Amino acid sequence: MQVVQQPYPNWHPSPPVDQVGVEERVARLAARSIKKESKVAALKLALSMIDLTTLEGSDSPGKVRQLCYKAKHLHDALPDLPHVAAVCVYPTLVRVAREELAGSGIKVAAVATAFPSGQADRETKIRDTRYAIDEGAEEIDMVISRGAFLRGEYGYVYDEIAEIKSLCGDAVHLKVILETGELGTLDRVRQASDLALAAGADFIKTSTGKIQPAATLPVTLVMLEAIRDFHLRTGQKRGMKPAGGIKTAKTAIQYLVMVNETLGPEWLTPSLFRIGASTLANDILMQLAKETTGVYQCADYFSQA
Amino acid sequence: MSSRVPVLKTYKLYIGGEFPRSESGRSFDYDDARGRHIANVALASRKDFRNAVVAARSAFPKWAARSGYNRGQILYRVGEMLEGRREQFIAELRQQGAGIAEARREVEQTIDRVVYFAGWADKYQQLFSTVNPVASSHFVFSVPEPTGVVAVIAPQESALLGLVNLLMPVILGGNTAVALASEKKPLSAITFAEVLATSDLPAGVVNILTGSRKELLPHIAGHMDVNAIVYGDEDGAEEKLIQEQASLNLKRVVRPRANPESPYLILDTQEIKTTWHPVGL
Repeated sequence: MQVVQQPYPNWHPSPPVDQVGVEERVARLAARSIKKESKVAALKLALSMIDLTTLEGSDSPGKVRQLCYKAKHLHDALPDLPHVAAVCVYPTLVRVAREELAGSGIKVAAVATAFPSGQADRETKIRDTRYAIDEGAEEIDMVISRGAFLRGEYGYVYDEIAEIKSLCGDAVHLKVILETGELGTLDRVRQASDLALAAGADFIKTSTGKIQPAATLPVTLVMLEAIRDFHLRTGQKRGMKPAGGIKTAKTAIQYLVMVNETLGPEWLTPSLFRIGASTLANDILMQLAKETTGVYQCADYFSQA
Repeated sequence: MSSRVPVLKTYKLYIGGEFPRSESGRSFDYDDARGRHIANVALASRKDFRNAVVAARSAFPKWAARSGYNRGQILYRVGEMLEGRREQFIAELRQQGAGIAEARREVEQTIDRVVYFAGWADKYQQLFSTVNPVASSHFVFSVPEPTGVVAVIAPQESALLGLVNLLMPVILGGNTAVALASEKKPLSAITFAEVLATSDLPAGVVNILTGSRKELLPHIAGHMDVNAIVYGDEDGAEEKLIQEQASLNLKRVVRPRANPESPYLILDTQEIKTTWHPVGL
C-alpha cells in the first residue's frame, strides 16, 4: 500500500462529535438480532479477526508457547474453525512466538514504543520498535504519547507516528493505540484518529487493555467514522482494532454489525478489522459448540488461552 | 374522599442480585382462584436461565471460600428478614389460594426451617468428614466440598416452603443456585428474593426465575455448566428428561428426602475430597 502522509495540523480540523447521537446509534445497532446460520457465520468471522493477546509482566516463553498452541488449536472437537488473525506479545517474546507459529498463517504482533504508557523519549521508542521488527514481528502495536496529545502538541504526536511508520515500511503493519480511556471525550478520540490516520497508521486501535474503560461501542463508532471519512477523502482503506473488555461473543457480534453499517462489508476481513482479546475466543467457541450440540457449554471443557 | 388507585408489584426475575425483566420481554398474567388478575409475572426464557448460570458461576468461588460460620450468619439474617415480613408473606400466600391458618403455618415453618439450616452451616463439615483407616503409611481423610452451580426445581404445589426447603441445604454448603419457582404459585418466590437481596447474601449466590417448566427444563437439565439438579416434584416424564439430559456432564440428580430437616440433604450437593498424606517416611 502506498502510504500518503499528509501534514498535520495544517490540515482540516476534525468535525465535532455528537455524543448523544453516537450513543443513540450504538444502542440501535447493538439491538440487531443475529441468529442461527448468520450467527454461526458471524462467530467464525469474529474468531478469524482475533489478536490473541498476552501482555503481562509475568509472561514467559512457556506462557507464549501455550498461547500459540491455543491459537493453532482453538478447539479441535469443532471442525471447520478458522484460525485467529495474530498473536500479540511483548517484543522480547516475538522470537518464541515466530518459532511456534511458523507455517500456521497466524501473524505475530508486538507492542512497542514503551507500551503501555508511552512515556519514553523518541530514541527509546524507535529502538524498541526496531528491536521488535528485528526479532520478527510482522505487526507493530504502538502507543501514542497521550501526555503530549493532551498538552496540544499534535505535531509531536504526528511526527512520532510518522517516524515509527517509516521504520515499519510497507512490510510491517502498524497499529496505533490511541488509549481512548485517557483521552476523555469523543471529540478528542476523533481528533486523535484523524491525526493517526494522516500520519500513516495502517490500523487505529482503541486501547492497551491496561486502562479502564478500554474498548467501548461509542468510541469504536467514532473511530470507524474517522476511517470512513478518511477513505472518502483519500480512497485508502485503513483498519480498526478495538481491544480490551470485549469478553463475550454477543459483544463481538455487535462490533461486527457496527463495522458493516459504518464501513460496509469490505471491512469485514481480518486485514481491515481486528479484535484484541484473550478470553473472547473461548466464549465464541462455547457459543459455536452450543449451536452444534444444542446445550449450553461450560468453560471447564475448553482449553485456556 | 378520593379512592386511590392501588400500586401493584410487577414480579420480576432475580439474577445476579438484580431484578431484571425477562430479556425476552415476556410476562404472564397471574390470576387468583376467583379469576381476578393479581399480578404480571416475568416469563423467563432460556437466555435468562443462561444469564443466571453465569451469575451463579461467578459468585461460586467466593461464596464457597467463606467460612461456614459466616454463611450461617448470613442465612440467619435471611430468617430475621423473613420474620419482619411475616404478614406480607401470609397475605401473598392467601392470594395464591391458601387459607389463613394454612398460610400462617407455612410462613412460620419457612422461617424456622431457615434458622434450623443456618445452624448447620458450621457443623456439617465435621459430621461428614472422616479419617479413613488404610493398610499403608498414609494418613487418609475425607472432607465434603460444594459441588458448584446447582439448579433447583421447586415443587408446583408449594409457593414458599417447598422452594426454601430445597434451597437452604444447597447454599449453606457453599454451592450457588439457580431456582425455578413454582409455575402455579410463583409470587412468593420473588418476594423471597427480595428478602435474600436485603440479607447480606452476595449477588448471584441465589438466582430465581419464574416461567414455564416445560420450556425451561430441557435447557436446565442439559446445561454443561450446572453441576447438580435438585428436582422437587414427582412427574415421571420430567424426571426421565432430567436423568437423560443430566448424563451429558454427569450432573447429580437429587430428590427430596422424606424428612425435610435431614442433614443428609446438605450432603446431597457435596463432593467428597479424599487426601492421602504420607506418614512415617
